Amino acid sequence: MGKMTIDQFFELLKKYDIEVLEGVTIEGDLEIEVEEGAAADQSTLAYLYTVVQEVQNFLYFANMAMGHLANVSNLLGMPMPFGVQAPQVPQVPQVPQPPAAVEEVAVPEIKLPEELIKAKFEPFKVEYPGKIQEVVLGATKKDGGTRGDVVVLGGEKSLPFYLFDTPQPNLPAVAIDVFDRKPALAKAVREHYEDVLEDPADWAKKAVKKFGADLITLHLISTDPLLEDTPANEAVKVLEDVLQAVKVPIIIGGSGNKEKDPEVLERAAEVAEGERIMLASATLDMDWERIAKAAKDHGHVVLSWTQMDINNQKTLNRYLLKRAQVRPEDIVMDPTTAALGYGLDYAFTNMERIRISGLRGDSDLAFPMSSGTTNAWGAREAWMKDSPIENDSDWGPRELRGPIWEIVTGLTLSLAGVDLFMMMHPGAVAVLKEIMGTLGGKISGSVADPGDWIFMEG
Amino acid sequence: MKVKSPLEVYKFLPQTNCGECGFDTCMSFAAHIIDRSVKPENCPPLIKDAEKDPKIKKKLDQLIELTSPEVAEVVVGKGDMAIKIGGEDVIHRHEMTYFNPTAFFYDVWDTMSDKELEERCSKVIEFKKFYVGKFLTLDGFAVRCTSNDPETYRSVVKKVAGYGKPMILVSLNPDCMRAALEEVSEEKPLIYAATESNWRDFLKLALEFKVPVTLRAKDLDLLKSLAVTFKNAGVEEIVLDPVTEPLGEGLKGTYERVINLRRTAIQGEDKDIAFPIMVTPIAAWLMEGDEVEKGYWETVLGSLFVVKYADVMIFRSLEPYSLLPLVTLRFNIYTDPRTPVQVEPGLRPIADPDEDSPVFITTNFALTYYTVESDLTSANIKSWLLVLNTEGLGVEVSVAGGQFTAGKVKELMEETKIEGKVKHKILVIPGLAARLQGAIEDETGWTVKVGPMDSGRIKGWLETNWPPK
Ligand code: SF4
Repeated sequence: MGKMTIDQFFELLKKYDIEVLEGVTIEGDLEIEVEEGAAADQSTLAYLYTVVQEVQNFLYFANMAMGHLANVSNLLGMPMPFGVQAPQVPQVPQVPQPPAAVEEVAVPEIKLPEELIKAKFEPFKVEYPGKIQEVVLGATKKDGGTRGDVVVLGGEKSLPFYLFDTPQPNLPAVAIDVFDRKPALAKAVREHYEDVLEDPADWAKKAVKKFGADLITLHLISTDPLLEDTPANEAVKVLEDVLQAVKVPIIIGGSGNKEKDPEVLERAAEVAEGERIMLASATLDMDWERIAKAAKDHGHVVLSWTQMDINNQKTLNRYLLKRAQVRPEDIVMDPTTAALGYGLDYAFTNMERIRISGLRGDSDLAFPMSSGTTNAWGAREAWMKDSPIENDSDWGPRELRGPIWEIVTGLTLSLAGVDLFMMMHPGAVAVLKEIMGTLGGKISGSVADPGDWIFMEG
Repeated sequence: MKVKSPLEVYKFLPQTNCGECGFDTCMSFAAHIIDRSVKPENCPPLIKDAEKDPKIKKKLDQLIELTSPEVAEVVVGKGDMAIKIGGEDVIHRHEMTYFNPTAFFYDVWDTMSDKELEERCSKVIEFKKFYVGKFLTLDGFAVRCTSNDPETYRSVVKKVAGYGKPMILVSLNPDCMRAALEEVSEEKPLIYAATESNWRDFLKLALEFKVPVTLRAKDLDLLKSLAVTFKNAGVEEIVLDPVTEPLGEGLKGTYERVINLRRTAIQGEDKDIAFPIMVTPIAAWLMEGDEVEKGYWETVLGSLFVVKYADVMIFRSLEPYSLLPLVTLRFNIYTDPRTPVQVEPGLRPIADPDEDSPVFITTNFALTYYTVESDLTSANIKSWLLVLNTEGLGVEVSVAGGQFTAGKVKELMEETKIEGKVKHKILVIPGLAARLQGAIEDETGWTVKVGPMDSGRIKGWLETNWPPK
C-alpha cells in the first residue's frame, strides 16, 4: 500500500505550481492512501497527475483538487484511488440557488419614484489575527547610543493606512541613500547632490537637514573588489564620520559582493556598537549566519533580503530566527523592489502576499518591509532623454519624469505594506511623505468644495 | 462569481462534449468559465435549447447569475471602442486577477475655443506608449458643461463624439444633459452625475435614453439609497462616485470610502453597491500650486486609486510625466498574475552592435528580459541579446525546470543566424545558468563564458572579460 500524506500531496500540487492554497485548513492528520490494485498502479497515478497539471489553473483550493481527482477517476471508470472521503460523483457541491429571474416587462411610460428608497451602508469589517513586529532603529543616549531620536517600523494590524480598521502606530519612514564613492546617478538626482558627492558626511547632513530624511543609508560600495576594493577596516571609517555628522538612525550597506560583505558588515557592526544600526543585508547566498551574529553581538538589526520570492523570504527569516537566534524585533525584510514598468507588479504582489501572510498570523513573515525605491531610477522612463521607440508620443522633459517614477514606485509599494523606503530624489521624498502622511491622518487640509472641478473653466 | 469549481458549472451544461464552443469537452469549457475567459452564452447548444425549453432557460439564467462577476460590469461607448469597467471578482490581485483596467477619461469643456478643443482631443487620441510589445493608450473624453447652456453643450458634445472615443458627459444640470443625450445617446456615454438634488431628473434621463449613469454622494448611506432607488426603477448600468477629495482629511476619507465600497461589495456580498467605482483625480486642480504641482498630485491620486479599486477616472493633465506613469502602472496592476508575462523570443540588437560585439543570452520572462535589456541599454553596451523561449520562466527556475537547455540554445542560435552576425564564437550566459556552460559548448561548438549573476554587473564584467584575450 502506497501512502501519501497530505503534506506530500501539497508538495505535489506545489510542484505543478498550484500554490494558491491560502485559507485551506486541514483538520486532523489526514492521510491519502493509494490502494493496491489494478486501477491504482503507478501509471494510473502518473496519468492522474498529468490531469492535475492540466486543470491546475482552476485548482485554487485543495478541497477542489480532491474533487477533481475524484471526478477524473470516475470518468476513467476507476475506483477512487485515494482513501479519503471523496465527494460523490457526479453529485457536486450544492451551490446557492439564485432566485428565479424576474420577468422584465417593457414599461411604455416611465414612472418615477417620489422618494429615495432609504438604505443603510454597512461596511464589511476585516480583522486579522496577527500583528507586524515593531522594530526600533537607532538608539538614543538612554539606550547607549548617540542618536537624537529613534525610528520605529511596523506594528500594523491591518493593511496599510486602513485606519478605519485599526490605528497604525507607525507610519512608513524614508531613508536617503549616501554612497562612499561617487556612484552613477541620473542627472535629475545628481544635481541635488553635486556639492556633496565627494563627502559622505556632508551628503548625509544635506539629506537630513535639507531633504528631511528620517534615516541615512550609507552604501560602502567602494569595498567592491571590482571597484576600489577598500579594506573593511578602512571603509567603516566613513560610517564613523556619518554617525558624527547626523543624529538620525543609520542603515549600513555593503557592495553586494557575497564574499566581502559579511566582513564589511561585521566591521560596521563593531564600530557602530550601541547605535542600533541596520545591517544591509543578509541574503541566502552569502554567509547570513555571520552577518546575523554581528548584529546580535553588537545590538543591531538585520535586513533579510530575498529576490521576490515569498518562500525564500520565509526560509531566510526562519534561518535567522531559528538557526542564528536573531530576535524577532531585530529583523526587517527586503523582498526586492522592481521599478514601475520593470516588474513592479511582481514586487507589489509579492509584498502584498507577505504582508497578508504576516497579518494572518504567519510569524515568519510578520516583519516590517523595506524597499530600495531608488531602483525606480533604473527605468529608462526615469532617466532617458527621449523615448528610444520611434512611434511613442513625446516623453517630455526627463527632469519631471524621473521623480514621479520614483514616487509612483514607492506609493504603489506603500500600499503593499512597505514600512521603510530608501530613496534619492528630494522631490520624490517630499511627495511620498506627503501622501503617506495624508493617508496616515497626519496631514490636514481641504478644498472649499471637492465638486468644483465639475464647473471650473480652464 | 459564486461558483469556484468547474464541476459546479458542468452540471448546468449540455454534457454532450459536442465541441461547438471550441473546447473538446464541456468540462474544459466549464474550466474556462471559472477563469472567466468564456461566458455561458458561448455554448451554442445551451442557448438554442434555452430558446425552446423554459426549464433550460431557467437553468441558463441561474448559471449566468452564478458565474457573473461580484462587481457589475458596465459598458461605456459602443462598437469596437466600447470599454468595460468594473466586473471585478477579487480584493487582491493574487487571489485571481483584476479584470477590466481602470478606464482613463480626459476632460474637455464646452467653453473652450474650437482650437483648444481640437488640440486637446487630438492629444488624447494620439497618445501612445510602447510597453511589453504593445502600445498603451487613453480611453476617452469627459466633456464638462461649463457654459450651463444646453445648446452650447449639445454642439460641443457632438463635436467630441466625432472622435469616436467613449465619453463621460459631465453636468449636474438635467436640461444640459438632456440636450447632449438627444445628440449622442446612441454612443452610450456615461452620464455624470445624479446627486441628492437632481436624482429624479437623472433617473428619468437614464431610463429614457438607456445610458449608464454615475451616482455621486459622499455619504455612503445616501449613495447606497441612490443605487437602490435607481436599480429598483430599472437602471442596471450604475457607477458609484463616493466623491474624491484631493487632500488632507478629505483624501483620507476618500481612501476609506473607496475601500469600504469595494470590500463590502465583494467580501460583504452587498449587491446594492456592487458597482464600478469612479474616482476623479482632476479634483487635484482645485488645490493651490503651479501646473507641475497639480499635475504631480493628480498623478499621485490616480496611482493611489489605480492600485485601490477605481474602475473609471477623470483626469486633466496630459503632460507626459502624468500619462507615462499612469498607463504603465495600470498595465502592471491589471496584468494577470497567473500567467507570467512573456516577450517574443529571438535576437535583439542593443545600441547598434557590430561583428565584434558580445553575444548575451537571457530568458523570455518579461521581468528578466526587461531587466537585462535595460541594463544593457542604459550602460550603452553594444551587444547582441538572444532571448530564449523558456515559457515565461526566469533563469534560475528554467535551468532547474529544463526549459533552459543546451539544445534549445542551439536551436535559437540557428534560427537567429547569430553566427553570421559576429566574427567571434563566444556566448555569454547568465551567472545563474553557469552549470549549462559545458553542455552548451558541446552542443554549439562556441566558447561559453559565464557572465555575472546580476545583469547590472555586466558592465564591470565586460571591463575585464571583453574583448576576449
Ligand atoms: S458547446 Fe456546450 S455542449 Fe458543446 S462542448 Fe461546448 S460546452 Fe459542451
